[in-house]
Amino acid sequence: MLALLKRDLALATRAGGGFGLGVAFFLILCALVPFGVGPETSALRPIASGILWVGALLACLLSLDRIFALDHEDGSLDLLATAPLPLEGTVAIKALAHWITTGLPLIAAAPVFGLLLHLPAGAMPWLLASLLIGTPALSMLGAFGAAITVGLRRGGLLLSLLVLPLYIPTLIFGAEIVRRGAEGGSTATPMLFLAGITAGVLALVPFAAAAALRVNLR
Amino acid sequence: MSLLAVHDLAVARGGLRAVEGVSFSLAPGQALILRGPNGIGKTTLLRTVAGLQPPVAGRIELAEDAVAYAAHADGLKGALSVTENLRFWAAVFGGGDIGPALAAMDLTHLADRPAAALSAGQKRRLGLARLLVTRRPLWVLDEPTVSLDAESVARFGTAIRAHLGQGGAALMATHIDLGLAEARVLDLAGYRAKAGQQVRPAGFNEAFA
Repeated sequence: MLALLKRDLALATRAGGGFGLGVAFFLILCALVPFGVGPETSALRPIASGILWVGALLACLLSLDRIFALDHEDGSLDLLATAPLPLEGTVAIKALAHWITTGLPLIAAAPVFGLLLHLPAGAMPWLLASLLIGTPALSMLGAFGAAITVGLRRGGLLLSLLVLPLYIPTLIFGAEIVRRGAEGGSTATPMLFLAGITAGVLALVPFAAAAALRVNLR
Repeated sequence: MSLLAVHDLAVARGGLRAVEGVSFSLAPGQALILRGPNGIGKTTLLRTVAGLQPPVAGRIELAEDAVAYAAHADGLKGALSVTENLRFWAAVFGGGDIGPALAAMDLTHLADRPAAALSAGQKRRLGLARLLVTRRPLWVLDEPTVSLDAESVARFGTAIRAHLGQGGAALMATHIDLGLAEARVLDLAGYRAKAGQQVRPAGFNEAFA
């Protein structure tokens, strides 16, 4: 399992691996918003938490189709399916690799992008906490979508349509944490909901994704 | 005790039965070559034995984690070197030294080269070297000699014979003579599925199969 994680991380960080693409996309998005709605603090501050979360979600989406598609093309997926690793474990590891290469850089960069959107300093810790708790669910749900669409030509678009609705609960509670944090309110309730969603997704989705892969490998 | 026993097996591709009524068994040290015209279902049969798809009818008796499968695609990552590719598969299949496998397929001098810079035949040799590091008894091979030159085919034949000598077995679809005189040949042409047969059991639902 560790070998698979290492290989996926090595592949992501080498030429053509797409590492950093998500963060660059996140940056562009956050830089475009002030051009669209105007640079005034009064205009940006109320929407900053929502924009940051939507941006993180879209940046995460960019690299989802690579999770299984490349391995399917070169036959690795067939070989992994016959390997001693359970397919559920393979799914979980590949989602983890996706999170490390996409989610973690987003989390690290988010405070800087928060400044671009005039997010109050008091909300920064909550932004970090909500992304840290929420983004693993994004990667895992994305792995499920990637497992369903593996082997389809131009499956990337279908993948977005399938996965984005599944991201809604995470988005609602994640943005709510940041909004409440910015206003100095209590964040306990949305935090617990977000953590619950992530825990449920991490526990259940690997099985669903592995089942989808088995059907697609036939 | 046989490594693999197949009883009255029928396999389907795209919802259509390909071959049916196939039975054979493989004991340690034996090799079986599948022959038959294009489209008869050799690949489908091999994928079924490897566990990648369920049989339509019949039984496959096989120890768990016994199969090392090699198909048309070698499962190589172009961005990784030959050593890294092979070491990855060795680690997935439970460790082991990759040196002998590199030597057996004559890849030692290419060890540090990225897989993307290999020729088609060299990639194939790397794909076959993967079989050696899996340390699994039953090799299931689908056209293993594609793009290999004569010398490499002979080299691979030697590797298979060594594998058989260590108590392994091999089931393969190939049209090329690997120099395995002891291998049995099964011609699938006689097992072609008859038209009009019920492909799926009653109540079959593709979504939940």
